[in-house]
Amino acid sequence: MSVTIDKNLCKGCALCVTACSKNVFEIGTEVNQKGFSVSVAARAGDCVQCGVCEKTCPDLAIRVE
Amino acid sequence: MTFQVNPLRKYVREDRMPHFFCPGCGCGQVLTSFLRGVDALSLDINKMTTVAGVGCTARIPVYMKTDTLHGVHGRTLPWATGIKLHSPETKVVVFAGDGDAVSIGGNHFIHAARRNLDVLMIVVNNFNFAMTGGQVAPMTPAGSVTMTTPYGSGEPPFDLCALAVAAGATYVARAATPYIPQMDNAIQKGLEHEGFGVVEVLSQCPTHFGRYALGSGSPAKTLDWIRGVCVSKAKADTLSPEELRGKLVTGEFVSVSRPVFKGSTFLKDENGGRNP
Ligand SMILES: Cc1ncc(C[n+]2csc(CCOP(=O)(O)OP(=O)(O)O)c2C)c(N)n1
Ligand code: SF4
Ligand code: SF4
Ligand code: SF4
Repeated sequence: MSVTIDKNLCKGCALCVTACSKNVFEIGTEVNQKGFSVSVAARAGDCVQCGVCEKTCPDLAIRVE
Repeated sequence: MTFQVNPLRKYVREDRMPHFFCPGCGCGQVLTSFLRGVDALSLDINKMTTVAGVGCTARIPVYMKTDTLHGVHGRTLPWATGIKLHSPETKVVVFAGDGDAVSIGGNHFIHAARRNLDVLMIVVNNFNFAMTGGQVAPMTPAGSVTMTTPYGSGEPPFDLCALAVAAGATYVARAATPYIPQMDNAIQKGLEHEGFGVVEVLSQCPTHFGRYALGSGSPAKTLDWIRGVCVSKAKADTLSPEELRGKLVTGEFVSVSRPVFKGSTFLKDENGGRNP
């Protein structure tokens, strides 16, 4: 069970942060090659695998498995 | 642990990613919703053709592995008509901004509906001309501040779905990006439909509509505003016209079957008769 974020595709829009009812994500301090502060699954242990974040991300950056 | 990627990425041109949309733009969500529809229906993306004009929305097909025609602003439906008449078996989907669809392309829109052209048109309504910097457009809500209406728009918008129904479209639905399962459902039904289908998706443009009209470039706040103007069709049926002022009704408005467009004239058959 895992939540993976592709740092190269993430734009730090924070829609996953607001969409996740379990408050799994936060925008971290890491900046990707395009200059965006990327999202991190900081509390991945709280994930209930509802899949909402994967469908919400406009950038195909998230995979829940 | 192996690195897991979103399985929908098999349908996109990886060398073009990340796409050009601003952070949190609804165009990316419409793109992924469409790919979920393709996946759910097991359509062969290599045998589909997507068509777009110019605009942010018009970039959506650029990232997918369909055959793609990305051409002139407002002229998506004439191309779609040509492709469909030449290869009737090809699934053709048009992606158009609200400006592309009903401003410069308005005449094509009503005639494609009248003819029942066998094409699905996904109209991303982000309430402004986004690519050119956020000008007032035919779908901008009355009173909105935009780049070109600094004191608020003095014009009423179109009801795009009502226009499509009146002109003869045979599948018409309005969805919105905050409601992803409903958006997926509308697009999937549109993909299954034979005839002219119109799916209007209310979508966030945080960069322009958000900043000018809503006073915030936050994607989440622009989505909240869309949630606030949406009313489901079931609920709307119980509300008065006054209560519905400024609201946008989401749901399916028509789903019927009638003969699709096969050309402007009948052809002669071998016996000199009329070939439908
Ligand atoms: C023939 C023509 N007229 C005008 C333009 C300028 N133009 C480019 S995009 C655009 C409007 C984009 O708005 P919309 O179609 O709603 O798409 P959006 O960018 O909002 O997704 C306009 C007017 C153009 N490229 N070509
Ligand atoms: S929704 Fe996607 S692009 Fe936006 S911050 Fe989350 S992972 Fe990044
Ligand atoms: S799958 Fe659901 S619970 Fe898990 S991170 Fe995504 S939104 Fe949150
Ligand atoms: S300008 Fe608006 S519609 Fe265009 S990519 Fe940015 S957020 Fe999306």
